[in-house]
Amino acid sequence: MSDNIDTNKEKKTSTHKIGIYLWIWGLLFVLSFFSYMVDWYQFQGLLRWTLILIFMFLKAGLIMAFFMHLFWERYALVNVLLWPMTAIACFVGLMVAEGKYTVFTRFIYFVLGE
Amino acid sequence: MDQSSIEKLPKGWKSIPNDLGSDQTAFKGVQWGKAMMWIFLLSDTFIFSCFLISYMKGRASTVVEWPNPSEVFALDFMGVPVPLLLIAIMTFVLITSSGTMALAVKYGYEKNKKMCGWFILLTAIGGLTFVGMQAFEWSKLIHEGVRPWENPFGAPQFGSFFFMITGFHGTHVSIGVIFLFIFARKVFKGDFDTGKRGYFTTMKSDYVAIEILGLYWHFVDLVWVFIFAFFYLW
Repeated sequence: MSDNIDTNKEKKTSTHKIGIYLWIWGLLFVLSFFSYMVDWYQFQGLLRWTLILIFMFLKAGLIMAFFMHLFWERYALVNVLLWPMTAIACFVGLMVAEGKYTVFTRFIYFVLGE
Repeated sequence: MDQSSIEKLPKGWKSIPNDLGSDQTAFKGVQWGKAMMWIFLLSDTFIFSCFLISYMKGRASTVVEWPNPSEVFALDFMGVPVPLLLIAIMTFVLITSSGTMALAVKYGYEKNKKMCGWFILLTAIGGLTFVGMQAFEWSKLIHEGVRPWENPFGAPQFGSFFFMITGFHGTHVSIGVIFLFIFARKVFKGDFDTGKRGYFTTMKSDYVAIEILGLYWHFVDLVWVFIFAFFYLW
């Protein structure tokens, strides 16, 4: 943790180089452009969903790792922040199953029933 | 705890039980305000996740066709409808403001008062632009007849999810803009150089506050990444 920034603020230059921020900034622009292109070229189906998710997770990862400094942060803090995300993933899984069941019953009783 | 004693502590996986089970301050070398902001952002993550998951469930379980977002959010440019034009610009504006905020944090730690203040102001202007464009988008959709309970494009749930999710995000951006202006003023006044005590806390002002503000602002950008992917592109 030699470049953990907030603990050596006595030194004059204690931050990361400006290049890393500009690089990440540029990458975020490029990735956003790509995800806009997914809609522009009207990719459909599995290809569309895969591309959207890849670009989304890449952008989120870059923002968290470098703009929010998690890459340089204390490991205990990083783990405390990231493990709860598995609970969200479980919730998503549960609600996918629930959504399928709801639309199934609606088809049976509302659409076919009429 | 100073830097040299932190460097002597275990690294990697072994640092986790060492930091958390040591019956002392957890997260060695992390300023308490920063840790608290992270805990708040974690809880905010859960709130936004609940919104997006309920949107997913609502959209997956309706038997009426979902409105096509690239048509609903298209904008006429010289008579030609361009899909998601405004949303794309909003995305780029928010990423730009995130980049200027990252630079403000960097200059803050270098105690470069002028650059830090100007980059915070730029960030605030980016945020204001974003909120302005969102207000335009809302009024456009309301004119077209989108309501939380009905809309002319398809499934009636569309409106309630749209207003709830983008509204909650826009509120976050607006609050962020207010704090950016407050902190820009504090930076230009030199509060962070003199260590003047703030009015929210009795603690001495420190440039670490700029990083904490930056965490919040980057989080707002982070949430938009997910909203852009799931609400506008999906």
